[in-house]
Amino acid sequence: MKRALPLYALCVYGFLHVPLVILGIFSFNASRFTVWQGFSLRWYQAALSDRDLLESSVNSLIIAAVSTVLATAIGTLAAYALWKGSSSAGPRPSRALSVSGNWLSASFYLSLVTPEIVTGVSLLAFFQWIFRFLNLRLGMHTVILAHIAFSVAYVVIVVMARLRTFDKTLEEAALDLGATEWSAFQQVTLPYLGPAIAAAAMLAFTVSIDDYVITSLVAGVDSQTLPMVIYALARRGVNPMLNAVSTLIVVALGAMVLLSERLRSA
Amino acid sequence: MSVFRSATRVRSMSRIRSIFAAPAAVLMIATLIIPLVIVAAYSTLTRGAYGGVELPWTLENYQRLIDPLYGAIFVRSFWIAGVSTLLCIALGFPLALFIARAGSRKNLYLSLVVLPFWTSFLIRTYAWMFLLRDTGLINSVLQAAGVIHQPLPMLYNDGAVILGLVYGYLPFAVLPLYATLERLDKSLFEAAADLGATPGSALLRVTIPLSAPGIRAAAILVFVPCLGTYLTSDLLGGSKTILLGNLVQNQFTTARDWPFGAAISILLLAIAMVLLLAARRSGEELL
Repeated sequence: MKRALPLYALCVYGFLHVPLVILGIFSFNASRFTVWQGFSLRWYQAALSDRDLLESSVNSLIIAAVSTVLATAIGTLAAYALWKGSSSAGPRPSRALSVSGNWLSASFYLSLVTPEIVTGVSLLAFFQWIFRFLNLRLGMHTVILAHIAFSVAYVVIVVMARLRTFDKTLEEAALDLGATEWSAFQQVTLPYLGPAIAAAAMLAFTVSIDDYVITSLVAGVDSQTLPMVIYALARRGVNPMLNAVSTLIVVALGAMVLLSERLRSA
Repeated sequence: MSVFRSATRVRSMSRIRSIFAAPAAVLMIATLIIPLVIVAAYSTLTRGAYGGVELPWTLENYQRLIDPLYGAIFVRSFWIAGVSTLLCIALGFPLALFIARAGSRKNLYLSLVVLPFWTSFLIRTYAWMFLLRDTGLINSVLQAAGVIHQPLPMLYNDGAVILGLVYGYLPFAVLPLYATLERLDKSLFEAAADLGATPGSALLRVTIPLSAPGIRAAAILVFVPCLGTYLTSDLLGGSKTILLGNLVQNQFTTARDWPFGAAISILLLAIAMVLLLAARRSGEELL
C-alpha cells in the first residue's frame, strides 16, 4: 500500500502529461507520418508562415488582451464590493461565492456552472436579438464581450480568496486616520491584492485564448480566433503543423499558469 | 459626534460598494441573465420560416424532448457522462489521497494536476486524436511491433469520448477530493490502526465514508460539464456520437431550429442547477 500509492500516482501523472509530451516530441519530426525520421523544424516554419494561423493568432491576442484587462478590472471591483458586503454583515461565508449571499454572487456562480454550449447559444441568441435594434454584426466586439462575461467569475474567485486573508483592520485604520473610502482602497487594499490581481489576469487570459465553444458561436467572418482555426484543422484530421502550434501554445500557457500559481500562493 | 461620523462612514461605504459592484452587475445582467431569459422565451416559441423564432407560444419543443429519436441521445449523453464521472472519481481518489499525504511536496503535486486543467482543453483533446487515429502513434507502434496487422479503430467511438472526458475532467475530480481528504483528522486513521484495522479496511471503513462530501462534489463538478460536452464528443466521437451538446449546437447552426435548441439548453441548465443546489443543501463547498 505504501509503495503502491506513489507508483499509482506516477501512472496518473503520466496519463495527464505524456500525451502532450508525445505531441511535443513529434512536432519536431521530419516526417509527416507518425514514424520518427529525424529532427526538423519544418512544421514550425510551416505554422509560422501560415496566413490563417497568423491572422487568427493576432485576433486571439487582441481579444484576450482587451477582455483580460476589462474582466480583471470589473472582477476585482466586484470582489471587493462583495467582500465589503460580506464582512460588514456578520461572519464570513465559507465559500467564495454563495447563492444565498446576494444576486450578484449568485450570478457569478451561475456563470460558472452554466454548460459552455448553453452560454454560447444564449449569447448568440442575445446578440441576434440586439441586432434587430442596432445596425451591428457578429465580430471582434461580440467575441470580446462574451470573453469578458465568462472570465469575470474566475477573476472574482481568485481576488476573493486573497481578500479573505486581508486584515480588515488595516483598512479601518486608514479610515480612522482620515483616508477616504477610495484612497483606503487604492493605497491600502489594492497593493495587498496585487499578486492576486496579476494571477487572476493570467487565468482570464488563458481561458480567453483557449476558448472554442463559446467563441465559435459568437464570432463573425472577420474574427476567427486561433482555437477556431485549430479546431477546423483538427476536424479534417491530424496535421503535423498543428502539432507545432499546439506545442507552442502549451508551453506559453503552461509557463503563464505556473507563474499565476506562484503569485497566488505568494 | 462619533455617532455622526460612523453614520456617514457607513453611508459612504455602501456608496463605494455599489459603485464597485455596478460594472459587474451591468455585465452579468446583459451577458448572462438577459441571454438566459431570451433562451427560455425562445424555447416556448415556434420555429421561424428562415430560422429565428415566431409566435405562437407553444410547449411543443419540450414535448419533442421525449421523442424516441432524441431519447436515445439523452440516454447516451447520461450514460457517457455517468461512466466518465465514475472513472474520474475512481482514478482521482487514490491520486488525491497520495497528494494529501505527500507532506511538503503537496503544492508541487497539486500544480501537476492543475497545470493541464488550465492548458488548452482543445489541444489536449487534439493530442488524443494524434494518439488514437488509425495512423496514430498507438496503432503505428503496435503494427511495427507486429502485435496487430490492421489498425485498431480507437477513434470516433463512445470509448474515445469517455477517454477524452476523463482526461479533460480528472482535475475537476481530484481538487475537491483532495480538499476533503486534506482536512480529515489524522488521528482517526491512527485510531483505526490502533484498533487493529488493516490499511485496506481503514480505507474502506474510515477514509472513504468520511470523504463522502468530496466524492459528491467531485461527481457533480465532473458530471455537469460532461453532460453538456460539445468539443470532446465532436472531435473524438466524430459524427457517430451525437450528444446533447452537439444537438444544441446543431439546432442553433445547421438545423436552424432555435426553439428546440433553446429547450434542450434550458433542460441542460436545469439539470446543472438542480444538482448544484442539491449539493449546496447538503453543505458542500463547490467553489
